[in-house]
Amino acid sequence: MNSDLSTPVIAMRGIGKKFGRVRVLENIDFEIFPGEVHILAGENGAGKSTLMKILSGVYTSYEGTISMNGKIIAPATPLEANHMGISVIHQELSLIPSMNVRDNLFLGRPVTSLGFVHDREQKKKALSVLNDLGLDVSADALIEDLSISMQQLIEIAKAISINAKVIIMDEPSSSLNSKDVEILFSLIEKLKKQGCGIVYISHRMEEIKRLANRITVLRDGKFVGTSLAEKLPTPKLINWMVGREMTNMFPRYEMNRGKEKLRIENLTVSDNEKTHVKGINLTVNSGEILGIAGLQGCGASELLMGIFGAYNRKTADHIYLNGKEISIKKPSDAIKKNIALLTNDRKATGLVLSMSIIANICMSGLVELSQWGWRSIFGEISATEKQAEALQIHASSYEMEVGMLSGGNQQKVAIAKWMQISPEVLLLDEPTRGIDIGAKHEIYQLMNEWTKQGISIVLITSEMPELLAMSDRVIVMHRGSLTAEFTREEADAENILAAAMGKETIRR
Amino acid sequence: MTDSTQTSALMKEGRFVRFLSSSAGRATIAFVLVMLLGLIFNADGAFFKLGMHRDALRQASVFGILAVGMTVVIITGGIDLSVGSILAVSAVLFSILTLHLDWPAWISILSCIIVGAGLGAISGTLIAVTKLQPFIATLAMMTFGRGVAKYITGGQKISTYLTNSDGEVIIKELPRIFKVIDSRIMGGNIAIVSIIFLFCLLITWLFLAKHKWGRELFSIGGNEESARLSGVPVKWTKFLAYTVSGIMCAIAGIAQAAQETQGDPEAGGGYELTAIAMVVIGGTNMAGGRGGMGLTLIGILTIGYLEKILSINAVPESGRLLITGVIIVLAVLTQRKNRN
Repeated sequence: MNSDLSTPVIAMRGIGKKFGRVRVLENIDFEIFPGEVHILAGENGAGKSTLMKILSGVYTSYEGTISMNGKIIAPATPLEANHMGISVIHQELSLIPSMNVRDNLFLGRPVTSLGFVHDREQKKKALSVLNDLGLDVSADALIEDLSISMQQLIEIAKAISINAKVIIMDEPSSSLNSKDVEILFSLIEKLKKQGCGIVYISHRMEEIKRLANRITVLRDGKFVGTSLAEKLPTPKLINWMVGREMTNMFPRYEMNRGKEKLRIENLTVSDNEKTHVKGINLTVNSGEILGIAGLQGCGASELLMGIFGAYNRKTADHIYLNGKEISIKKPSDAIKKNIALLTNDRKATGLVLSMSIIANICMSGLVELSQWGWRSIFGEISATEKQAEALQIHASSYEMEVGMLSGGNQQKVAIAKWMQISPEVLLLDEPTRGIDIGAKHEIYQLMNEWTKQGISIVLITSEMPELLAMSDRVIVMHRGSLTAEFTREEADAENILAAAMGKETIRR
Repeated sequence: MTDSTQTSALMKEGRFVRFLSSSAGRATIAFVLVMLLGLIFNADGAFFKLGMHRDALRQASVFGILAVGMTVVIITGGIDLSVGSILAVSAVLFSILTLHLDWPAWISILSCIIVGAGLGAISGTLIAVTKLQPFIATLAMMTFGRGVAKYITGGQKISTYLTNSDGEVIIKELPRIFKVIDSRIMGGNIAIVSIIFLFCLLITWLFLAKHKWGRELFSIGGNEESARLSGVPVKWTKFLAYTVSGIMCAIAGIAQAAQETQGDPEAGGGYELTAIAMVVIGGTNMAGGRGGMGLTLIGILTIGYLEKILSINAVPESGRLLITGVIIVLAVLTQRKNRN
């Protein structure tokens, strides 16, 4: 807070990083001064998290140097970085749910005397940390009994109690409600006054504007620029973030838009913790690809899960298929209506890796492939052959466990499972995540073919070029609500990103 | 010519190696080792007599029936600790109905199966709907079931000796059904209980291998969330798994009562552990999703033969327990080593 405000506490110079042969960071310079909030901005996959993982000791092989107060450092583990005063607040919480607040605050460095935990002393210290931050919570409360918001704040308290010189916050507000966001911001103010340097990663324009002292933008692993916040107006910031030429490497044939296929009215999706989707209305026509854009935590995945019946829904909603109202209470209801959901994580929620290709492909259409519940071996084999041929699934045997296949082939098996129910509506959540370019291309071609057959597609993708190229229409979500709708012609990266960060442009 | 013989020998070896690295092959290794044990310690040739093998199968049958139901449950990633207690409920109920109340055999059998299914269904509901952990839910059922068995018998064994209201002791005639179940056919070479066991195994195998329900059990054990999002009726499938296990316990209880010619409320204590051991030695994965009835058959025979071989060699109980414990660990270690 005093004389050393002019020298950076952390200076990262010429940082580069490769994963195998893929370069993810190239020659990045990044400085953190004491008492500032430094926004690190960029699209998904720009390299923000990788850069911060290098600083916090998660990745130890990289190019370039990191210095702290002028001395070169090389934290080898997150714990070591912690001891140096670099502390990270993750999107996923690292608290132990079954333990109480004070034990969590001092996890890994308990207050001890003669090797025994000094409970009274620990509690006293915990209370002083909590009081300093103005958090209204008992030091004896169990973490699992607290709201997600409060857990997030405790996580921050934990970072602060280490006397951190630098705190890295990776989208800390994504699981907070608006009241707790205010508490978070006042915490940040306190930290600034204590001379703590803060790196803040966020996709939310209003937060960036409110908090930023300086902003650094990364794009495709490259350094775009660093600027004082007041010298970087929003349009320029977005231009910095998107920047690249959008070439149309994705094939989308002429549109084949037909009659209205699926109409959703007033859909709200929530669980015990929070409301993910608030009162969404949307329609998809047959033969159309409707793209949904939005940043992490915008509720797009939950929207698809909600339509599919995989989530709790408020009952006020209406879903119409071909103009007739239908009721979807659970996934099997949706499947009976020929609505399919390709989830965004094939290993965790799409496939059963321990089962064969046949078993996976026939999983959703098992009722149709059986008589009186008895499975037809020949029916299953011929169904599998048909889908494997249509989707070009390469495997030595259909009895092979799906876990043995490559990512691209696994994804095709997950898709084949849904094609087997002859879908009318395909809800695709990140259909090309984690697969190679060739397989991606094949999936784009398939999407064209499906729409030609009159299938409606709802597409979520975090890759902007893919979204722009494949969507006939784009809707944008921000914090569970629709903020914009664009035709194919209107949609471009800049106005989508602005809407995804909360700029309302919807005309109603 | 030599060339072709060599190739065919190679091919045979290839097939053999492939068999050994399959789950069935790995399960067979343990079984073969136990049989070798029998060949070496053959108790002066007793191992080579047909009667020994007949008895091994007969004595493993009650456990085998329990292991059949246990396999279904373990494939879903669950466990059923209540099998021994439900067996006891069924054994005493069957004895009361046939010995004391003179109910016709088939109604008594049906009643026992309904009660067994009902107790299994309670576990199933607690696990599938209330989402209790299978270990906890079936541990509770294990305690509760034992309570039921003791309550309806007053803690006494139910036998042909009956004390009437005047305090007189009368001896009733053993109903025919007891003799039928405990008899042997085909020149005394196959016990009826063994046939009941093999029948249970065959039917359940058919459902696991050929029915939609079997596929759904495996998909739930492999990845419950994927199964749910693929439209698999997760709750119903799990509920049925525990109900089927309950039915198997009831059948095993009837067989046990017939063999002992009485209903013992203490029957089946610790049987759950033997049944689990049989399933695990067969190679069905405790985490769920992998396994099968054929594997369990190998596991049942392995443990059944081991017990028999040790008993014909007059190994004392302490030694039997020690050796069985070691064999379980070795068998499961072979399974794991070969998997990676």
